[in-house]
This record gives sequence, structure tokens and C-alpha cells, in this order.
Amino acid sequence: MQTMNWKKYALTFIITAAVFLTAIALSNYLNNKKITNLRDIEDKIATDIMSSETQYDLLAESACKDLSADVLSQELNALAQKLTYTEINFGKNSPDLLRLKTYYTLLQIKDYLLMKKISLKCNTKPVFILYFYSADCPKCEQQGYVLTYLREQYPNLRIYSFDYNLDNPALRTMISLNKVEDTLPAIVINDKVYNGFLDKEKVEATLPAWVLATSTATTTTSSTSKN
Amino acid sequence: MWDLPSIIICVFIFISLFFEVFLLLTFLENRPAMKKKTDILPANLPTATVVVPCFNEEKSVFGTINSLLALDYPKDKLSIMIIDDGSTDNTWNLIQQYQNHPNIQIFRKENGGKHTALNFAISQSTSDIIGCLDADSFVDSQALKNLVTYFSDPKTMAVTPAIKIYEPHNILLKIQKVEHDWGIFLRKMLSFIDALYVTPGPFSFFRREVFTNLGPYRKAHNTEDMEMAMRLQKHGYKIENCHTAFVYTIAPHKFSKLFTQRLRWTYGFLKNVIDYKELFFNKTQGNLGFFVLPVMIISTLSTLWLASSFIINILSKIKTGLLNWQAVNFNFLPFKGWHFNFEWFYINTNVIGLIAILSFGLMIFLILLGRKISEGKIKLRMELLYFIFLYPFIYPTWLAKSVYNVLVSKKTMWR
Repeated sequence: MQTMNWKKYALTFIITAAVFLTAIALSNYLNNKKITNLRDIEDKIATDIMSSETQYDLLAESACKDLSADVLSQELNALAQKLTYTEINFGKNSPDLLRLKTYYTLLQIKDYLLMKKISLKCNTKPVFILYFYSADCPKCEQQGYVLTYLREQYPNLRIYSFDYNLDNPALRTMISLNKVEDTLPAIVINDKVYNGFLDKEKVEATLPAWVLATSTATTTTSSTSKN
Repeated sequence: MWDLPSIIICVFIFISLFFEVFLLLTFLENRPAMKKKTDILPANLPTATVVVPCFNEEKSVFGTINSLLALDYPKDKLSIMIIDDGSTDNTWNLIQQYQNHPNIQIFRKENGGKHTALNFAISQSTSDIIGCLDADSFVDSQALKNLVTYFSDPKTMAVTPAIKIYEPHNILLKIQKVEHDWGIFLRKMLSFIDALYVTPGPFSFFRREVFTNLGPYRKAHNTEDMEMAMRLQKHGYKIENCHTAFVYTIAPHKFSKLFTQRLRWTYGFLKNVIDYKELFFNKTQGNLGFFVLPVMIISTLSTLWLASSFIINILSKIKTGLLNWQAVNFNFLPFKGWHFNFEWFYINTNVIGLIAILSFGLMIFLILLGRKISEGKIKLRMELLYFIFLYPFIYPTWLAKSVYNVLVSKKTMWR
């Protein structure tokens, strides 16, 4: 039997703890970088929305074709993806994340209002889908999946997603204006409210025919849903 | 992110990292001692008996005996005892040809299990040291000569070898080769802190007085080599490891056979540990009782924990995937071509992920050190990848079954 070498155990503990602390520090550093990255994206989107608004205010009706916001909405989607990923990995209670989410919500509302104004002025008929979810709603993940799927299939849809429980006055106003009840998921399609889960078929049934015609799907993949 | 499961996983990873760092420090501390080579004058070499217990080993017994006859050891100091433990095949007839060989004695007895064959041979032997070589293993010609140098310390009561896989030609064998590299490293390090808890069946040697003082082999849940080591530890007998005494063993080449073997080992380990529970946290047991045995038990639990949370995770992912797919009426999105849009943003940077990768990396490094000990150099081969990607899936299988068998007290078989 060898007597235990306590010094060696202590040294081992110090090294192991140092490795742990380094990993924690590195993880914090990288996570902060991610938060900064998200904030940069949001700032950029805010600038873009503001320039669109300004452009809108400056331009006359005749220049409708110059007002294209497709790029912007794609950026919003990419941001939403990153926010969801971050929420899963950082936990929902991170204060940084909450601030970013609120910012994102406001950006979506601004984009929505701007798009509505443009569509009125330029006489286009875009389809707006407002999607309300919450963290503890069992069917929300699937609803989100359905909407992502539809956005991929019909690029003309403008889908905005909102955390129903987010404490923000602008969002609360949106909710009360649209009379969205708290049975989630809830979807507002062109100002009509649908409470509860809607699968792909049901959402498609509410869409105008011209949107469906713009499907990116090839005939083979979409035939199953249309037959 | 600091919920209970995460904390449990963190504690497990901390312990495994602690163990690895401890082994690494042990390695650095003892590196000079490992390089030293002691030579014993031929006149001072102890007399040695190698027991070859056979039960239906007609295919491999010749190779085993030939490797023993090729040992670089004075012939007048080496005796080989072949014990036919009631074979039902042609083994007994085949070994007749050694009847008049000066170094070989052959015996036949009724079948009674490996431990009875060993005990029979021990009772017949008058050598200074006694070892065993299963009929599925072969020795390197220098193995015995290297091994006996450790007996020049009068306190050394047993010496274990370095076990390698014989001709690893398929993936399963290659995985076991990497596993044995780890074993070679681990056993050497454990020998430095007097914490060896196995004296492996193939080619571990004991002073004869071990058996006179502590009694013969026991059945010990079909892992008599673990029980013997724990008995030695309990009585404060020193066990050494000779990392240059190479033994090649024919390993299971099919998963079902490997599973049966490992089930026997793991079940035997757990049962023997229960039989020798007094070793735990016993003041006389130092590193073994306070550190190595508890870590082994914790590692069993943590492997099962990690494997089951992994499985649960995968199942819930599959469930969500199916539900999502159902929500879009089982349609596929139109194929738009592969786009690998790599963004560093999506790399997992949480603490557990980072430390797990680090701990795994250190483990691979220690395995490579084991390879350096066994092969003299570090070579990176495909087998390392097989090990990394497949072993985590197969290892928990026999672990789970062993723990289950221990809990319901179901006995394991040899074959």
C-alpha cells in the first residue's frame, strides 16, 4: 500500500479546476461575442428599416417599384433563426437575450407597418401572417415548423413571429388591436385571427390563390398536397 | 442552463477530467523510472511455472505452447504445465505429443472451471513464481525475462503483463486494440500508485507463497483474476506491472462474443467489488480504496447516465421531427441544392461542450501514450477513429446489462 500523496491530489484538483475555469471563461467570451453579433445584426436592420421609411417618405407613388424590401425580410428571418438557437443554448432568462428579443419584436412591428403602408400606396396585396407563440405551448414548435415550411415554399408570404408573453407595450397593443386570445399558437392571416394549431393544409386553405401559384415547389413534391 | 441534469453531467466530467489529469501527473512523475532497464544475472533468475489451462482449445493450444517454448529463459528454470480441464474435443490427444518433453508436464482432470485447473497446477508446482497463459494467448519471447526483473524487489508479490490484441484485422478488433492501448497505459499508471485491481489471466505471475499464504484461486463470478488481485491488495501485497512483457491474445471478433466476454468482466468486477467492499475508503488501502475504485464505480454510473440521456435526447428529436413532418402532411421541401452555410455562430460554445471535448481529447492523448509504451512510437491510424466513433455506442451495452444482472443477481457464463 502506498500512502496517499495529498500534494499530488491537491495539484490535480488545482489543474482540473483551472481547466474548468478557463472553459467557463472561454464559453462566456464566445457567448458575449454571439450577443454582440446579434446586436450588430439588429442595428443594421434598424438602419435598413429607417432608410426604407425615409425612402418611402421621399418618394412619390410612381416610384413603387423601387421600394423593395425582400432583402430586409430575409435578414429578419436569419436573425430569428439565430435568436431561437441562442434561446435554446443560453436559457430563456438571460437579460441580454430578452433585450435582443424585444428589439427584434419592435423591428418586426416596424417592418410590418411599413410594408402595410407601402402596399396601400402601391396597391399591392401582400399576405401578412402574424404568428403568436409562447415557450410553454406544446403545439407551438410544430406550428413554427409549418410556417417556416410555408415561407420556404411561398416566398411572397410575410411572416412575423411574436412571443405572446413578451412584456412590451407595442406588442401588447398589437395583440389587443388584433384581438388575439391566449389560446396558443395563434395566427393572424390578413387581419383574421385563428386560434389553435393549423397544419399546412389549413393554412394553405386561407391563402389567396395567387400566393399558392408562386410556390417554389416542383410538381413532384407539391402534387401530394394538391391531389 | 444550470439545471440539475447539467450539474450532474458537469460533476461527472469534472471527475473524469480529474482522473485523467491525475494519470498524466503520474506519468510525468514516473517517466524516468519507466525507461530504466534492470538486468538480472541468469543465475539469479527465479524458477517459473506457466500453467496452460485448456478446455476445448484444440485450435489454438499449439500456438500458445510454441510461444512458451520460444521464451528466452533458461530451460532448466522453466516448466510448462498443460492442464486439460475435461475437454470434450481433441485437445487431450493433441497434447500427447508433449508427453516426454523435458519442460512440459501434461495433466487431465474432470471439468471444474478455470480456477480448479489453476489450483491443481499450483498444488503440483514447486517453482518460485507461477503464472498462467490461457490457450488463446501467445507470449513475446522476451516477456518472461522482462517480467521477472520486477521480482528482484522482495516486496513484489505479483507482476502483470502488457496485453495486446493478436492480429487485429477487423473493425471490432481494431477498436479493442485501442482499448488495450488504454489498458496498457492505465495499468502501468495504477501500478505506480499501488492500485492495480486486476491480475489478468494471461501471463500474470505470482510468488508461490501468495497461494500458500492467501489460499488458492476462487470461482469469483468467473473473474478469478480480479478476485485474486483484490485479495492481494487487501493483504497489502505489492502488485507490479511490466509494460514490456507483451502478451498477444485472440480477441472476440464478433460483437456477440465480445459482449459475452465484457459482460463477464464487468459483472465480475462489480460482484467482486461488492465482495471486497471493505477496500473502499479503508485507511490501509490508500489510492485504491479512496480514489481508483470509487472512480471506477462513478465512471460506470456516469457512462450509463450519459448514454441514457443521449438516447432520450435522440428519441425526443426523432419524435419532434416526426410531429413536424406530420404537421406539413409528410411533404418534403423542394430540393434547392446543398448549401453549407457555415457560420461560427452555430458552434456550440457552452461550458459542458467545451470541457467534454477537452476531456475527450486528453483521453485520446493518454491512449496515444499507451501506444507509445506498447509500440515505442505514436502512430495515428484509422482504428483511433473507429474507437472514437463506435466505442461510445458499444461500451454502454454490456455496462448496462452487467449493472442490470448485478441488480437482479443473474449469473454470467464463460462463453
